[in-house]
Amino acid sequence: MSSPPVGAEGWGATGVCVRYGKRLALDQVTFPISSGQMSAVVGGDGAGRTTLLRCLSGAMAVSEGVVRRPAQRQIGYLPAGSGTYPDLTVAENLAFRAAAYQIPAAEADERIVGYLNRAGLLAVRDRLAGRLSGGMRQKLGVIAAMLHRPALLVLDEPTTGVDPVSRADLWSLIAHATAEGVAVVIATSYLDEAERASRVLVLDAGRAIGAGTPGQIVAAMPGRLRASDARPEGAAGLRSWRRDGGWRVWDPDEGPAGPRGSGQAAGSGRPVDPDLQDAVTVAILARELAGREEQPAARKGVQR
Amino acid sequence: MTETLAECVAVSRRFGRFVAVAEVDLILRRGEVVGLLGANGAGKTTLIRMLLGLLPASAGVVQVFGGSPSRQARRRIGYVPQSLGLYDDLTAGENLAFSAAVFGRGTQASLPDWLRPYARVPVGGLPLGVQRRVAFHEALEHRPELLILDEPTSGVDPLARARLWDTIAGAVGAGAGALVTTHYMDEAGECDRLVIMAEGRVVAMGTAREITGDAQVSVVEADPLAAAYGALEAAGFPAALAGRTLRVPAVSPADVRRALGSLAARVSEAPVTLEERFFQLTVSDNRAQAAG
Repeated sequence: MSSPPVGAEGWGATGVCVRYGKRLALDQVTFPISSGQMSAVVGGDGAGRTTLLRCLSGAMAVSEGVVRRPAQRQIGYLPAGSGTYPDLTVAENLAFRAAAYQIPAAEADERIVGYLNRAGLLAVRDRLAGRLSGGMRQKLGVIAAMLHRPALLVLDEPTTGVDPVSRADLWSLIAHATAEGVAVVIATSYLDEAERASRVLVLDAGRAIGAGTPGQIVAAMPGRLRASDARPEGAAGLRSWRRDGGWRVWDPDEGPAGPRGSGQAAGSGRPVDPDLQDAVTVAILARELAGREEQPAARKGVQR
Repeated sequence: MTETLAECVAVSRRFGRFVAVAEVDLILRRGEVVGLLGANGAGKTTLIRMLLGLLPASAGVVQVFGGSPSRQARRRIGYVPQSLGLYDDLTAGENLAFSAAVFGRGTQASLPDWLRPYARVPVGGLPLGVQRRVAFHEALEHRPELLILDEPTSGVDPLARARLWDTIAGAVGAGAGALVTTHYMDEAGECDRLVIMAEGRVVAMGTAREITGDAQVSVVEADPLAAAYGALEAAGFPAALAGRTLRVPAVSPADVRRALGSLAARVSEAPVTLEERFFQLTVSDNRAQAAG
């Protein structure tokens, strides 16, 4: 199969706002998604990831803006917290799902065995879902969401709290779906996972604070980063965080090319090239510092 | 020699015929952070429960502060379980006061500044990130010499994770030792040593660099990737998608090339990541055979 051009289907969110009462959970969020590609939504607790994924999957109406998505039958959605029936066995969960989507029995059996095998779950097919480990339950949830071969697969934190072996199985399922041309959207708190995505959206308090390929997000990071063995004193201390046993120090005022020709280094420590984790951390930190300066004045709309 | 805080010598724990922990040796010293990595069911939590004195070992010796795990030893340990161990229906202040009473430090606990906005909210109604900070604060209040943290950073944004690690480093810098389980391989950089468990056994120990060694993975670049992915799958080689490439651990480039047949694709080698090495070490032989 050949890869379709990016965004050819026009799926995704454009200028989406969601209000819960007075609280703005999503504020003008735009996020295009494409067939055969994996897109990732990252951000912390309360950033709006789940709200966005619910809008994309059709589980929730938007207050403003537009969401384009395939027909409901063509969507597979894994809500946060697995979406399986604890009192049914693994096989029963999937048989139920297959029946709900009217997949012919023989075809359903073949798919179920294939997916269970890929996910390392074949040996536990008769175990109650409620008695699976967290990782196994998430794998079952992802299989249930993709069993009817949706065109759009929306997975809310499929890998949070899941051990690396089960994560690898989950990634095998996701890679398989992507290779078959499915548009996959995941929410994750693992930046190394987001680095595999074709497109990443960074959310913080309901707003997009970064979007693009992982490379574009890294390139768009303002200022420069240094690595230091110790936390710097004073104001720079507020702009630093732990990483790999040392410290990253962000200098927002230094141009990306560095203090060229200035004759003296503007900060201490070794310059480092940021990765996605650094860039996302800087985005969250910059928002936090800006909020501190505004204090407590008019942060209209978005409240945590 | 730095003081040993906790030690396991050939420790096993059986539940009926099931062996949850098998002949594990582990040492944790003052001033060091040891990362305990393993799949769910690898035996990490059982090992932690033995160190805390909640479970006796079936065989071997568990020592904490030079003696058997006991209530006296527990007073010198700060423990944050995966479930955080807070009472949802109590406020953060009430949780802290209860913990202070249990640890024999009176019934009053002062509220840190960052908690004041949430003073009247039951813990169950706080954002997860705040709950995690409360659990950390509670575990550190009695200035423990040994920290045992079970997945302290799960589901937390990178800045909040960095701050939790700063708290751990602060306690360790002040002379404590920490045993931390995590599923984030990038956090290995915060640990002085790693211990990797699989099926109850320790399968690797050392720094991240010592554990990854010179191992390599095969990397496939092809456009479109789908055909390459299908060919690798047909050959039984598990491939992981990484951007616009596929990474195939534990299969040589020559074998990958052969599996791809006549497909136009570039196959190269790259150093294995800790996560890939972890996968190689912990997937049981029968799974590995089934997969490849």
